[in-house]
Amino acid sequence: MGEPTHAVHVHHAPKGFIRKYIFSTDHKVIGIQYYFLALFSVVLGMLLSVLFRLHLAWPNANWDLLGKLFPTGMAGGLMTPEFYLSLVTMHGTLMVFFVLTTAPQSGFGNYFLPIQIGADDMAFPVLNMLSFWITFVALVVMVMALFATGGAPLSGWTAYPPLSALGKISGPGEGLGQTLWVISLAIFCVGSLLGALNFITTTLNLRAKGMTLLRMPLTVWAWFTTSILALLAFPVLLAGGILLVLDRVGGTSFFIPAGLVVNEQLVNHSGGSPLLWQHLFWFFGHPEVYIAILPGMGVASQLLSTFSRKPVFGYKAMFSAMLAIGFLGFFVWGHHMFISGMSPYSAVAFSLLTLAIGVPSAIKTFNWLGTLWQGKIQFTSAMLFAIGFVSLFVTGGVSGIFLGQTSLDLYLHDTYFVVGHFHMIMGVAALFGIFGATYYWFPKMFGRMLNEPLGKIHFWFTFIGVNAIFFPMHIMGVAGHPRRYSDASNFNYLSSMHPLHEFITVAAIVTATAQLFFLLNFFWSLWKGKKAEMNPWNATTLEWTVPSPPPHDNFGGKLPVVYHGAYEYSVPGAKQDFIMQDSPEKIIEAT
Amino acid sequence: MSDAEVRVEALGAGDWGGGSLPYAVGSKKFGMWLFIISDALTFSALLIAYGYVRLANKNWPEPFEFYPSLVTATVMTLCLLSSSLTMVMAVAARKREDRPATMKWLWATIAGGLAFLVLHANEWLKLIGEGMRPFSNPWGSPLFGASFFTLTGLHMFHVVTGVCFLGVVAVATGRGKFTSEDVEMSGLYWHFVDLVWMFIFPLVYVLSIHHG
Repeated sequence: MGEPTHAVHVHHAPKGFIRKYIFSTDHKVIGIQYYFLALFSVVLGMLLSVLFRLHLAWPNANWDLLGKLFPTGMAGGLMTPEFYLSLVTMHGTLMVFFVLTTAPQSGFGNYFLPIQIGADDMAFPVLNMLSFWITFVALVVMVMALFATGGAPLSGWTAYPPLSALGKISGPGEGLGQTLWVISLAIFCVGSLLGALNFITTTLNLRAKGMTLLRMPLTVWAWFTTSILALLAFPVLLAGGILLVLDRVGGTSFFIPAGLVVNEQLVNHSGGSPLLWQHLFWFFGHPEVYIAILPGMGVASQLLSTFSRKPVFGYKAMFSAMLAIGFLGFFVWGHHMFISGMSPYSAVAFSLLTLAIGVPSAIKTFNWLGTLWQGKIQFTSAMLFAIGFVSLFVTGGVSGIFLGQTSLDLYLHDTYFVVGHFHMIMGVAALFGIFGATYYWFPKMFGRMLNEPLGKIHFWFTFIGVNAIFFPMHIMGVAGHPRRYSDASNFNYLSSMHPLHEFITVAAIVTATAQLFFLLNFFWSLWKGKKAEMNPWNATTLEWTVPSPPPHDNFGGKLPVVYHGAYEYSVPGAKQDFIMQDSPEKIIEAT
Repeated sequence: MSDAEVRVEALGAGDWGGGSLPYAVGSKKFGMWLFIISDALTFSALLIAYGYVRLANKNWPEPFEFYPSLVTATVMTLCLLSSSLTMVMAVAARKREDRPATMKWLWATIAGGLAFLVLHANEWLKLIGEGMRPFSNPWGSPLFGASFFTLTGLHMFHVVTGVCFLGVVAVATGRGKFTSEDVEMSGLYWHFVDLVWMFIFPLVYVLSIHHG
């Protein structure tokens, strides 16, 4: 057993604006930088979705103002099908990579993982700063893709070849825009795997004295598990990205088969396989889904326990289930490819493994309910979002069981059922995790409380809103409505579903507008909110033992010593209904 | 139980009890191991892609003659492998606090890496001269050139990075900077780069020997 090499002494914050706020190596500043990067991306991604929802509901309406804004994509105020696909592509890419991967893991994880394990910073502060700036460059390139000559990329967030590999001849947006898209993702991969490496090292090597693995908060377990997934998944996407870039700019044909005729031109490539990309992409893509949702699971556990004033039900089962989900997540990528032409025999294996993930997922769900059971529940905004997370996780998870079965997936694949499913579980459930975390940790991060009534209004609008948006999609999918059609009004058999499209669009606009409650609350409270105490929620973990916001080196030069597990609420015989992790208090069991 | 033991139990101490390094490995070295795992997956994915397209194409060319191609590749392999040996010597010397010997062995390692790069660049030029391109070649499936240049290109990039890395370590060691763990960490990276070549050599070169 070696001793940690870092000395313990007070670190002073660097002087000067640039070192303190821009090129900072403080994990807290970097966490906030990631959070604002995600906030920018989520607003942009949401606006794009409102635009294409408008088109879906009223495909023939004339939007003069938008025509002026996007002279090619919406020439004369009418949205072209290509522009529709570009909007969907950029919405998906921004949301999956720059919001769902960035905010819960790199944002909150960066800020709170070191504090929750009692460390004064990450293991590699400079690498941490680099990870953020690499991610930032990736976002800049992605936004450039949106405005690229020829149009924004339109291959979807999965960028399936051969169309994504062929370049300009496969249509507008498949030129420079798509190339920038692939390059941006390759850059993003590098930033993410460096971040993951940092998280894992920090968790294993920098825990304070007494912070055993079994005393780590479940949020730490979640960030740790997510980091392992990111470390193993992103390099594979990087490899796929390298090959796709080479196909596009180097003339190779890894993903392009022979004899392809696109837009009435014979493509001069041979030997490649589009299936190869699907394998590489989904080997990354499925763990990516868990990269988005696992931190939310950690946050939900933390919040449900804190606001029920009860220990997490089945702590060991909870982190074991997360590890199991992460492990199984690497063997199920084929369930995205049931109708790709892959061997049906392997589909059976992928299907069984996929359904097996239902077991640890159910363990988590029932343990969350067990945590709530007979608790003294405090319905704070944070708690509402945590409960909302569980609800959405169940809705989205159950439809996953449908899609995991080949027989049903053959029918439901590429319909709105899939859109409804993955938005419920990896989109809004993960987003509810982010919101819950924001309402819970905002006081610690910025030293001020968020406004509770506004938070509750935000919750109810959002919770009802997302259900109104995504629930009808399941019905449309079962009725056979394909996804990716920019205009379904030309198809007779889909016309009966048009009112649902209109309903969903109205719900989307209302829900998007309701996010103003959040933004208003966020920016108003940043300056005018009630001052936060050290521990406003009477929670037990280490971040609540330091001032709000914490000093530059977190613990004022003296690292904490941990004596208790993370969820000692309502312990019989204790002085209060919670015991801080660093409290030396001994519990004498009442006999 | 003595007081110390009680305290240890209360803290849940031991290797995994916090406040210690559970693997007795410093953060830098541990981080390098994690990076190697990650990078190994990038190369694995590329090698699997290579196997995939190779099996999918019946007209896969096997153009390498025993002489000169395979002999050159064997000499390149020898350069890299012996540079791994000199790297081991460098790490051992640094552990003995023998800085001059460390530098000597580091420069020898760099020389091995450079020799590999020169031979490899020569190999690339020869193949390009014979008409091999990422998008076509005179012998068969165009993916032969594509996968050859991609795999060996990415590996070469790693060797170049490694040579620069070792150069920095050698200079810093000469100036009395860098701990023995820093040297060891650079060694881990260098061995990994060699290990990747030990997959590329049989899968790309030996499997593509011309016969018949």
